[in-house]
Amino acid sequence: MKTYAEINEKIKNGKAVVLTAEEVSELSKTLSPKEIAEKVDVVTTATFGAMCSSGAFLNFGHATPPIRMEKIELNGVRVSGGLAAVDTYVGATDCNPASPAYGGAHIIEDLVNGKKITLEAWGKGTDCYPRKHIKAVIGKDDINEAILYNPRNCYQNYNVATNTTDQIKYTYMGTLLPKMRNAAYSSAGELSPLLNDPECRTIGLGTHIFLCGTDGYVSWNGTQFHTTKPVNEFGIPTSNARTIAVIGDLKKMSSDFLRGAYIEKYGITLYVGIGIPIPILDEDLARRVSIRNEQIETTVIDYGNGNRVLGKTNYAALQSGSIEIDGHKIRTAPLSSLAKAREIAGILKAWIEKGDFLLSEPVRPMPTGTSLKGLTALDD
Amino acid sequence: MIQKVVLSFPVDATDRSLTYDLVKQYDIRINILKAEIQAGKSGNLLVELEAEPQKLDEGIAYLIANGVTVSPVSSKVSYDEKWCIHCGNCVSACFSHALTIGAPDWKLHFNPDKCIACKLCLKSCPLKLFRIEFAES
Repeated sequence: MKTYAEINEKIKNGKAVVLTAEEVSELSKTLSPKEIAEKVDVVTTATFGAMCSSGAFLNFGHATPPIRMEKIELNGVRVSGGLAAVDTYVGATDCNPASPAYGGAHIIEDLVNGKKITLEAWGKGTDCYPRKHIKAVIGKDDINEAILYNPRNCYQNYNVATNTTDQIKYTYMGTLLPKMRNAAYSSAGELSPLLNDPECRTIGLGTHIFLCGTDGYVSWNGTQFHTTKPVNEFGIPTSNARTIAVIGDLKKMSSDFLRGAYIEKYGITLYVGIGIPIPILDEDLARRVSIRNEQIETTVIDYGNGNRVLGKTNYAALQSGSIEIDGHKIRTAPLSSLAKAREIAGILKAWIEKGDFLLSEPVRPMPTGTSLKGLTALDD
Repeated sequence: MIQKVVLSFPVDATDRSLTYDLVKQYDIRINILKAEIQAGKSGNLLVELEAEPQKLDEGIAYLIANGVTVSPVSSKVSYDEKWCIHCGNCVSACFSHALTIGAPDWKLHFNPDKCIACKLCLKSCPLKLFRIEFAES
């Protein structure tokens, strides 16, 4: 048994033993969980994928005379006017329908890259905020705060998408060719954060993380947090389950790990890079981080035909380049970048080894016993 | 011998049966992979030409003599590697297997010999990093 304080002391002294989740999975072929718990202090996990439920809070500062911004556009894209006088939330998927390939995610990336953005805002004019219209050019150094706040990131596992129809389907899981000629998956497998701590024993409110090139924090359980999905014999939910909300300083982020993207005939999304360190407090956590791709199962869904379940597969098969469903061999390709996830896990490992990054014990654990509600329309 | 090439037809060549001549005079088997051609206008054909090497050379020389530009597909397809995040979206759509990603490095690899210029990578790349001159010329 180790404590957070003991591990942080080792990190400060440059004596912590840190491995990436892929390295520890390899090590688990020769060492038992007990031996790994004795030898290893921290395991770094990471993912770099499209995470639509992302966005940034901005505070523009006040002009003279001031304006209460009620309708706001950034580079012609309408963003939230529902936050006080000069605050907004730029949602990653915000867009101008007239030019749908550029939107909130690209504005966020442009800000990170130091590019200037045209701000235009309107207000009705009040006694305390008399101005009714303003046009200005802003950059990240001109505004007060720019805070990335993503309500749902880092999904714990995700379905595999294929298409049994005879038409191409353009989905958020990418271009799905007819007659199951491809299948798309979106997880870093054994490197993915929430698959290495599947019950969130160490990931909770206040967990210190790598977020898009700088450090950030887990701020809450993510939306659609689902803890009661079926799990396999290794304790892994076999479809999308838990999520996390994350927060960090956008001004310090890098577009190496944050990219605006446009998915054909679907819309805009933000590629987000997240790295989470798992402290190896005991043998149980050592066993969890030793999880291997062949032990992580997920569900294959027909996105062309009402999200019908076609079967199960695992990440070793997915990463081999093909899976077999009902006797059909289907070519596979990822949507999230394993190359980038590895880079992030490596950077986080280096930060911890150098003593630049300490672990934080959650101030509140994640909820348990949660499931999802649907939505009933009035005319259903 | 098989060669995959883009044939760019000038305006005055699109109303002549040059591809028919390739079959009749030079015994070249033609597999048309993509066509963007209209009579009276310039156009492009992406084709696989299969024949004895000498016949193939003679056939291509015949096309060139008739004002057709013959260029390999590899010179026509490109993507901006510097900005690629190796996500794999293009690989998923690439049914000719020209674009691949996998162990050990999980970075995007492009084999121009397998490309049939179907343009699905242009649509499927979420960062819009692909360019195909064939489609634009």
